[in-house]
Amino acid sequence: MIVSIQLNGKKIVDDISPDMTLFKFVREHGCYSVKCGCETTNCGLCTVFFDGKPILSCAMLAARADGHRVETLEGLQKEAEEFGQFIADQGAEQCGFCNPGMIMNAIALFRENPEPTDDEIKRYLAGNLCRCSGYEGQLRGIHAFMEYKKQGGAACE
Amino acid sequence: MRVVGQRIRKKDAMQLVTGKPVYMDDVAPKDCLIVKILRSPHANALIEDINIATAMKVPGIEVIYTWKDVPNVRFAQAGQTYPEWSPYDRLILDQHVRFVGDAVAIVAGENEACVDRALKMIKVKYKVLPALLDYHESIDNEILVHPEDNWESLYPVGADNKRNICSHMEESHGDLEGTFADCDIVLERTYHVPAVNQAMMETFRTACYIDTYGRLVVLSSTQIVYHVRRILARALGIPQSKIRSLKPRIGGGFGAKQTVVTEIYPAFVTWHTKKPSKLIYSRYESQIAGSPRHEMDIRVKIGADKDGTLRAFDLYNLSNTGAYGDHGPTTAGLTGHKSMPLYTGNMEAFRHVFDVVYTNTLATGAYRGYGATQGIFALESLVNELADILHMDPVELRLKNVVREGMVMPAYFNEPAASCRLDECLVRAAEMIGWKDKYPCRDMGNGKVRSVGIAMAMQGSCISYVDVGSATISLNEDGSYRLAIAAADMGTGCDTILAQMAAECLEVSVDEIFVSGADTDSSPYDSGSYASSTTYITGQAVVKAATELKKRICTLAARMLECDVDDLEYDGHVAKDIKTGKSVTLQDIGFKAQCFNDLALQVTESHTSPVSPPPYMAGAVEIELDKETGHVEILDYAAVVDCGTVVNPNLATIQVEGGLGQGIGMTLFENIQYSDKGVLRNNSLMQYKIPTRRDVGTLRVEFKPSYEPTGPFGVKSIGEIVINTPAPALAQAIHNATGGYFRDLPITSEKIAMYCLEHENE
Amino acid sequence: MLKIKEYVKAESLEQAYELNQKRTNRIIGGMLWMRMSDAQIQKAIDLSGLGLDQIEETEDAFILGCMVTLRQMELHEGMNAMCGGLIRKSVEDIVGVQFRNLATVGGSLVGRFGFSDVLTGLLVLDTYVELYKGGTIPLAEYANMKRDNDILVHVIIKKTAGRYAYQAHRNTKTDFPVLAVAASMVDGKVKAAVGARPQRARLYLADAPTQEAAEALAAAVVTGSNMRASAEYRSHLAKVLLKRAFAEIREKEEQ
Repeated sequence: MIVSIQLNGKKIVDDISPDMTLFKFVREHGCYSVKCGCETTNCGLCTVFFDGKPILSCAMLAARADGHRVETLEGLQKEAEEFGQFIADQGAEQCGFCNPGMIMNAIALFRENPEPTDDEIKRYLAGNLCRCSGYEGQLRGIHAFMEYKKQGGAACE
Repeated sequence: MRVVGQRIRKKDAMQLVTGKPVYMDDVAPKDCLIVKILRSPHANALIEDINIATAMKVPGIEVIYTWKDVPNVRFAQAGQTYPEWSPYDRLILDQHVRFVGDAVAIVAGENEACVDRALKMIKVKYKVLPALLDYHESIDNEILVHPEDNWESLYPVGADNKRNICSHMEESHGDLEGTFADCDIVLERTYHVPAVNQAMMETFRTACYIDTYGRLVVLSSTQIVYHVRRILARALGIPQSKIRSLKPRIGGGFGAKQTVVTEIYPAFVTWHTKKPSKLIYSRYESQIAGSPRHEMDIRVKIGADKDGTLRAFDLYNLSNTGAYGDHGPTTAGLTGHKSMPLYTGNMEAFRHVFDVVYTNTLATGAYRGYGATQGIFALESLVNELADILHMDPVELRLKNVVREGMVMPAYFNEPAASCRLDECLVRAAEMIGWKDKYPCRDMGNGKVRSVGIAMAMQGSCISYVDVGSATISLNEDGSYRLAIAAADMGTGCDTILAQMAAECLEVSVDEIFVSGADTDSSPYDSGSYASSTTYITGQAVVKAATELKKRICTLAARMLECDVDDLEYDGHVAKDIKTGKSVTLQDIGFKAQCFNDLALQVTESHTSPVSPPPYMAGAVEIELDKETGHVEILDYAAVVDCGTVVNPNLATIQVEGGLGQGIGMTLFENIQYSDKGVLRNNSLMQYKIPTRRDVGTLRVEFKPSYEPTGPFGVKSIGEIVINTPAPALAQAIHNATGGYFRDLPITSEKIAMYCLEHENE
Repeated sequence: MLKIKEYVKAESLEQAYELNQKRTNRIIGGMLWMRMSDAQIQKAIDLSGLGLDQIEETEDAFILGCMVTLRQMELHEGMNAMCGGLIRKSVEDIVGVQFRNLATVGGSLVGRFGFSDVLTGLLVLDTYVELYKGGTIPLAEYANMKRDNDILVHVIIKKTAGRYAYQAHRNTKTDFPVLAVAASMVDGKVKAAVGARPQRARLYLADAPTQEAAEALAAAVVTGSNMRASAEYRSHLAKVLLKRAFAEIREKEEQ
């Protein structure tokens, strides 16, 4: 079947199988930041934005995305870099495999709630598993990022 | 020091946080055959007949292999230095399948859909045999997991496949019985740790292709590129020169990828079809056919005087290696070697005996902590229980008995504790958690109790007399450096840490050194990244190589300046003849090295060690326990670590926090449950619950760095020790809240609540 | 792996209903459960183009289209104000935000999952489901019906002044509940739903939210064992959580 999906701002028309997941679709179109860590919608590695909202791309049919907007970290490189440097400054990226999903969801969090409390951060990102960091370093990075945003966004290198 | 000890970003950090394609499935050839494995539904069975004719007719199927197609040569999948302690008990595919999930056939086809279809169409007739599922019944059971005659144990580890014994070893020191008889109090308890999974976010995976020379290239998510090459060469029956093994970025390992879990299957497909292929394990496969921790019963007996002097230790562990013996003998040794030496202080006698046995359950492997985790849970829990019985503060009891710097450790191969600040770690962890005010517990009303627990841990920094680490450093023409290693950065940051060490020696910044590896074609030999050894062993190789290279740079500079080397002043970027004031830059030297020069500005050095200096740590936890539901909320975890010199405080801190997270998971949530047919039920991240960020509480880390004289810049290790304290510390906190001793992991809320219910009126 | 032969984005409920009469065709909700199945589906029927993803507030009810996500329910202020946050509490611990942005109220209820927090929570509210052919029936009745080929179109939550509580125990914070309890008191009448027993949630009635009533109710709750817990522990939790829920109700102001 033919679908037309706006992927990272670019309209992509493709002939796909009806049971293709959005996860597979975005990877086949070069969005390798999107990873798979489970088959049971538990890990958050495959997080993408669907019409601006974070979802698990492994659980959505590409067919359903027909006519919709999909974004991956490839389309959010500036934001990824801006936020990611604070994770990097903690060494909290570690193996990095869960990072794109976590960073996508953190971007979503800050769009919804620019100054979340620790509890709000932990709840919003609870669906992003990480096995390397114990999460504490990610939290420190998030705090540092929030501080940097509070200072106006540029000065805090 | 300028670079060592600094909080430097990981060299790959920005690539990782921006989601660049750097992992195996991002960089594998795009036209790979998809490889999948047909798995046994039975725990113990013989394949009487296997029919692939219909499956082969599925369009797109390239090839299907069964046991009839593979060499009858047994090998070990454990990534260990030759001759491995692990028995040679595997075939690529075997007629005898030994656990639910064991490989029955390899299917390769042009896409996933056709392979999935073909998998369903292979007809297998099994002769189902009775299964041996309880490891307590393994020894001399009439069911033999490995009855085959070509089973082989290369190393004298007390193995006997005709008795289901993968290893049996004994070691003792002093007059054990006499000392026990003389003690005021003798305690003996048995503890149990299940076969928990590493659950790294990137599952097991390998891609293979043929290179320009017709060689097999194995691109795998592995910690051990050289062992992969050796193991595959044996299993495939081809020379090592025909194989190149390399790793891309790895999405976590924790020891899981110290075993050749997936490599052999696509390697076999590609070697025979000459077509690229890849195998990516699902999470399901990673759970049911991976390489988890060895399930163990640990029986500990300790003898003490009334004043808390700990004098005698007897530890027996029965380890379930599952269907295959990978890492079986070695893990069981650590259970004693890396627990009892903590109490060297007043130790007069000890004994360690273990049996490692086969069963028809999933094969086990290496998981951070590697046997030490099990031993430390048992011993530390028992010491906490002793403190209760003696009405002594557990911190005081430990301070009376801990190993201290300068002591010789009889239970640790008589190695000296040349660097040790364990006592200070303990005092500081207690202080951080507020031990004096909070021990043992406070009733918060409303059925909730806040309590604290504490434990110590140790590990090693390499495998003494075995591990080899190497580094090649070369000067590029423009004055930058290349550092080539075969140690595997699996997110731990060893690329950066080793570059920091090289930069320190070469008097340059980390940014002036790029790191390449791990690749058997271009990296010098390294055992690989396991046994906590990379910083300690490979680090020393880096120091040696950098030191020698610097010497050569100065020699060449002196030639260029036509002066004596002794008159040369070198600051890492400029070499100056102090007599004439003339100078050359590092770039000048780099270009000179490429022109009419016979002094190689490339140095390879190796390092190995007769000792494995233990890092030490203490962990203290405060919890709030709900006595009605049994829920344990972790409020605060304080960890203080002596890992020797801290090379990169950021990365060391994250190692600790990550290890604590995994330790908390295995203590409270991560369960291993089999059906009565031997089917593992915790086969997904839905049914195997690793902690989320809401489950771990606040983790706080500090360091008490000692200086290890045998380590580069005084380092020891940190990778594994960090998983060892949560189980005993949490078990004690739970005891302090409830009065119950929980000796069987995981300590679920159900166990706690049911205990409280039974003892409600006490 | 789930196989789908054809994907149909329904243009009308009638079309969706007709397609759904065939056994091999299936309506897809959030796909979170279905994706894990090995089903061979002839036609996957997608209702996402029918405008059923809105929460509409009328004078006496909130009307949720079947494609409304759990996240929408969690964030809907008016609805949560009405029930003292019961709806938010019942869904906010389900996996994560990305999951709840997909999972739908319709899918949750049609599945009648044993572990369902959603069903447990909605059972103690004055909730109805509007079926395409079967009309509007109370949720409690629907929950006990066998799965059929009708379409759940809307969920209707009547506005009722009352006191509400939600209590659940989970092994990890975002896991399925080991046991979930929702309770309400409206006009002095007490309702309690116990879910994840591990069988599907059931509704129980009591005269007053007293400790004695909680114990009596708990004694009537049928529990079973699964990987997450034993029947004995669940029975114990039923008592604990019902007591806590009733205490919460006693302490709460009328919403």
